[in-house]
Amino acid sequence: MMNDMTRVERTVDSKAIKIAANNVQVHYGDTHAIKDVNVEIEDKTVTAFIGPSGCGKSTFLRCLNRMNDTIDICRVTGDILLDGEDIYDKRVDPVQLRAKVGMVFQKPNPFPKSIYDNVAYGPRIHGLAKNKAELDELVEKSLRRGAIWEEVKDRLDAPGTGLSGGQQQRLCIARAVATEPEVLLMDEPCSALDPIATAQVEELIDDLRKRYSVVIVTHSMQQAARVSQKTAFFHLGNLVEFGETGQIFTNPEDPRTESYITGRIG
Amino acid sequence: MTDISQTPDTSSTAKPKGSLFDKDARTKRRNAAEGRFKLYGIAAIGIGLLMLVVLVTKIVTAGTGAFQQSFLELSVELKEDKLDKKGNRNIEDIKKVSTFGYAPLISTALETEVQNLGIQTDLKPKEMGKILSKAAQADLRNYVIANPDEIGNTVSFRFLVNSRVDGYMKGRVTRESIANDKSISVAQLDLVDQLRDAGVLYKAFNPDFIFGSDASDQRPEAAGIGVSMLGSLFMMLVVLVLALPIGVAASIYLEEFAPQNRLTDIIEVNISNLAAVPSIVFGILGLAVFINYMHLPTSAPLVGGLVLTLMTLPTIIISTRASLKAVPPSIRDAALGVGASKMQSVFHHVLPLAAPGILTGTIIGLAQALGETAPLLLIGMVGFIASNPPDGIVAGFLSPNSAMPAQIYEWSKRADPAFYERAWGGIIILLIFLVTMNTIAVILRRRFERRW
Repeated sequence: MMNDMTRVERTVDSKAIKIAANNVQVHYGDTHAIKDVNVEIEDKTVTAFIGPSGCGKSTFLRCLNRMNDTIDICRVTGDILLDGEDIYDKRVDPVQLRAKVGMVFQKPNPFPKSIYDNVAYGPRIHGLAKNKAELDELVEKSLRRGAIWEEVKDRLDAPGTGLSGGQQQRLCIARAVATEPEVLLMDEPCSALDPIATAQVEELIDDLRKRYSVVIVTHSMQQAARVSQKTAFFHLGNLVEFGETGQIFTNPEDPRTESYITGRIG
Repeated sequence: MTDISQTPDTSSTAKPKGSLFDKDARTKRRNAAEGRFKLYGIAAIGIGLLMLVVLVTKIVTAGTGAFQQSFLELSVELKEDKLDKKGNRNIEDIKKVSTFGYAPLISTALETEVQNLGIQTDLKPKEMGKILSKAAQADLRNYVIANPDEIGNTVSFRFLVNSRVDGYMKGRVTRESIANDKSISVAQLDLVDQLRDAGVLYKAFNPDFIFGSDASDQRPEAAGIGVSMLGSLFMMLVVLVLALPIGVAASIYLEEFAPQNRLTDIIEVNISNLAAVPSIVFGILGLAVFINYMHLPTSAPLVGGLVLTLMTLPTIIISTRASLKAVPPSIRDAALGVGASKMQSVFHHVLPLAAPGILTGTIIGLAQALGETAPLLLIGMVGFIASNPPDGIVAGFLSPNSAMPAQIYEWSKRADPAFYERAWGGIIILLIFLVTMNTIAVILRRRFERRW
């Protein structure tokens, strides 16, 4: 398992901080789901959140683009700064935020529309293309970035739901990048995919790192090791350890991290 | 049957428990229970189907008669000395001749006809004329007023016959059954037999039953459901225009935007309860609010439509919310995830997916409203409303009218058995509408179901 790590370039330059979370607490009704999390997510880096089920990693991810707003009982305190601006500030419109911080979900969820419309939807509502030609170009570019262009270029009018699971997920990634986000959040993007599709998506994630800051939640430690430069380990709502991926997997500081990555807990 | 304590003692020595080819007692019992249950199910379905067959057979046998009517073909001489004494074809003078003035013309025409056909009868011309419907005189008068130039000519007409004669032609009235009936005699029936044999009195399809208006107690043969059908149509328009947007907007708000708190809980429970409120209660509410307080016209389809809107709203809200709930949350997440606003996610993605369900619920709600009678009792849409088709759209909403189920109820109340037949005929027409609407609902559901 550790051999995989050699695949990814480990050098992390000193990069700008894209997202900084300070003392973030999340409550679901009476449940304290996230306890005092501090984390700094760098630009043009893949950051992986790992941890056992129910540890709060997905919850924390959904705080980063305020998707938790849709849950009535969810309450978030503390600061999350995107480029130095507090995203939970009263003046922030979550809709605008989500255009900057795109999201890919666990289950591929293309709209029941054509492949073209799936990708074109975001640019249309944000007015990113002035005319049809520009939109066509944007759709093609996004599908290429989603590494699915070659497979679907002849059937852009076919429904997105008719694709295979892996293709659907790459379509969803293409849809997310079509709105030109700055950060891409991925909530277990490969958990519903077979190993071949997973490999394709992982390759894509590594490619996306050139343009975006990517945050990925994963259950698979191998996957975290393969695709990420930074890893955060969550346990029972606490951020236990955060650091260079190589560091976390080879020489964790916290005994809980070590127990988890060696398979004793979780 | 499923007694756990009977599990056999599992001894530690693992020996074969017997052949798989022999069923043990427990398996046999379980299989028998399953077999019995299937039998009960089949019996239940059988009973249901049997009742449906009985119902449909009864409706069809009792109601098809209403679509046929007996007619007498007769050439009437439109005598100038009776209809237009001054001879100047002044329409006002012609109108002064009442329907009674036309009776002698018909009697004379019938007498001539009987003589021409060589029929022997002891009846006086006036008694002969009684085999015809009272509507015949009115029809003749209407014709003359519409065509005053025909006065003096002999014109051929197809007159409705009296409901007793019609009943005789259809087998409902017999010589024995009229023993105590003062409105028809055996001699008249003999005449009818001869006229029928001569081919001038016959049964034919009667479009006036479907398109015509209701008629008074004495003329069941002239009654039709057409005008009350229009009443129903105008009510359904009111229901559709009001209930669909209000219901859908309320559901979308409650389902997608409203915060989850005690107030919305109370609203939710009350909407469900509203669906179970007896329809007569809505009727009395309509009477109190729309007629007594707001002074809207009595018996008007507008008021009926408003009352039925109240009744249909809960149905539409409940079905709309159910179909909104059925749209997977991942679709909403996807839309929000690319930066759509709440409203964009609802109107671009959720609503189109829920539309077939909403339409199905609406159509079923409309069908329910179409068949509803009780609330109409209270706002005066039941009763004999001697109306012609409404004069224009506004009159359609505001002038007194009935509705199909109310018309059926009205006919079934009346004494003459000829009306009873028409009530069944009305039920056939109403059922055709309901089955059509439900079929459309099923087709919509089938065609657009589950696109994700």
